[in-house]
Amino acid sequence: MEWLAGHWRDVLDLGASHLYLAGVPLVVGLVLSVPLGWVAKRWGRAYPVVVTTTGLLYTVPSLALFVVMPLVLGTKILDPVNVVVAMTVYTVALMARTVADGLRAVPDHVEQAATAMGYKGLRRLFGVELPLAVPVIAAGLRVAAVSNVSIVSVASIIGVSQLGDLLIDGYNRVIWGELATGIVATVVLALALDALIVLGSRMLTPWRRAAGGHA
Amino acid sequence: MIPSLLEWFTDPETWAGADGIPARVWEHLWYTGVTMVVAALVAVPLGLWVGHTGRARWLVSVANSVRAVPTLGLLLAASLWLGPKLPGDLAYVVPSIAVLAVLAVPPLLAGTYGGIDAVDPSARDAAHGVGMRGRQVLWQVEVPNALPLMLSGVRSAMLQVVATATIAAIPGLGGLGRFIIDGIKLGDYAQAAGGALLVAVLAVALEGLLALLQRRVVSPGLTGRAVGGSRKDDESAGAEESGASTVDLRTHA
Repeated sequence: MEWLAGHWRDVLDLGASHLYLAGVPLVVGLVLSVPLGWVAKRWGRAYPVVVTTTGLLYTVPSLALFVVMPLVLGTKILDPVNVVVAMTVYTVALMARTVADGLRAVPDHVEQAATAMGYKGLRRLFGVELPLAVPVIAAGLRVAAVSNVSIVSVASIIGVSQLGDLLIDGYNRVIWGELATGIVATVVLALALDALIVLGSRMLTPWRRAAGGHA
Repeated sequence: MIPSLLEWFTDPETWAGADGIPARVWEHLWYTGVTMVVAALVAVPLGLWVGHTGRARWLVSVANSVRAVPTLGLLLAASLWLGPKLPGDLAYVVPSIAVLAVLAVPPLLAGTYGGIDAVDPSARDAAHGVGMRGRQVLWQVEVPNALPLMLSGVRSAMLQVVATATIAAIPGLGGLGRFIIDGIKLGDYAQAAGGALLVAVLAVALEGLLALLQRRVVSPGLTGRAVGGSRKDDESAGAEESGASTVDLRTHA
């Protein structure tokens, strides 16, 4: 607590970078996952390809991906872009399959009813299928958000600053207050993002509450 | 960058001795193996018990909430706390392995519990109906049915352990993480990138091996392999998927 009292401004700054490094990839990854998930749902043959490829990407340990990124992108080693791209890769790896599963879970009769009412192609996707898939997608997004926030702290090892700096500095200089602050701040950030997604998902699916919340 | 990377890989120094690639790969596998055994000894019996009796389900959600804690923080805190109390090499091996095991428990527990929980109640009823006792139901019906999801749990736990063992090079653990951490410290990017590639290959190889094993050991009755005698890969993937919606096992470090 004493340590925090003297350093709360630094903690806020690092927290902001942490949010940026975890949050931007979350949004970008989600946006990229929608077309991928849609393709996987629309063409049955594409599904195993999408699931296997994204699963394989997710297998690569974070520190390894951060270090290899400059080789792939041709960037500098200390460039935060490496972290943003790596985190986007992880988000897509988690979300493409979730979006596909969410879209697949939309009942056939609903799709047929929508088609009969004149919903076609993209309008049907954005007007009917995606809104109905929101609960599944939000559940996946919560996992991705929490895991992104946790993984980003590893980026301190390659010199990209965020809350993870507190962990490494606290360890190197044996400052318990700093190390504990780093852990707590990361958990708080993860839980805040998680709560935000739950809230957003509720606002996007008013019919679930109207039905007595049992859906 | 690429030429220096090739140079690192082709240098005989890189392959020789206690800090050569084969020794480091071996260390990494050894840590992973020990951790998985320790974690499984805790998580599997617990998961079987929770799933079979339906008691203490909160254990699973508590274990899952560990996910939000940064693995790096957990690792460094444990090393800082336990390290000075232990002699010699144990000072960094014990805290690291303990944290790795803690991280491997939630996916193992969730997979085991989720697998048992997702067993078709009619299969369970039928087992009781033909006169099986609790223990028989567990071992002859529930466990074989739960196996796909249990092994999914093993896969994500393994992934988590391999990844976190890499980071454990910071408090001094051996393994492939050494190349990355030492490479970064020395400004030797070729070494760091070489280590990173090796870790990635190791993780993907282990994942592939487990996926293969999963396909082998799972009862043909579950995967649809028995039907018509032909192996249908799509269906075996489906068996794994059917339970996956109840518990999300994917974790990462």
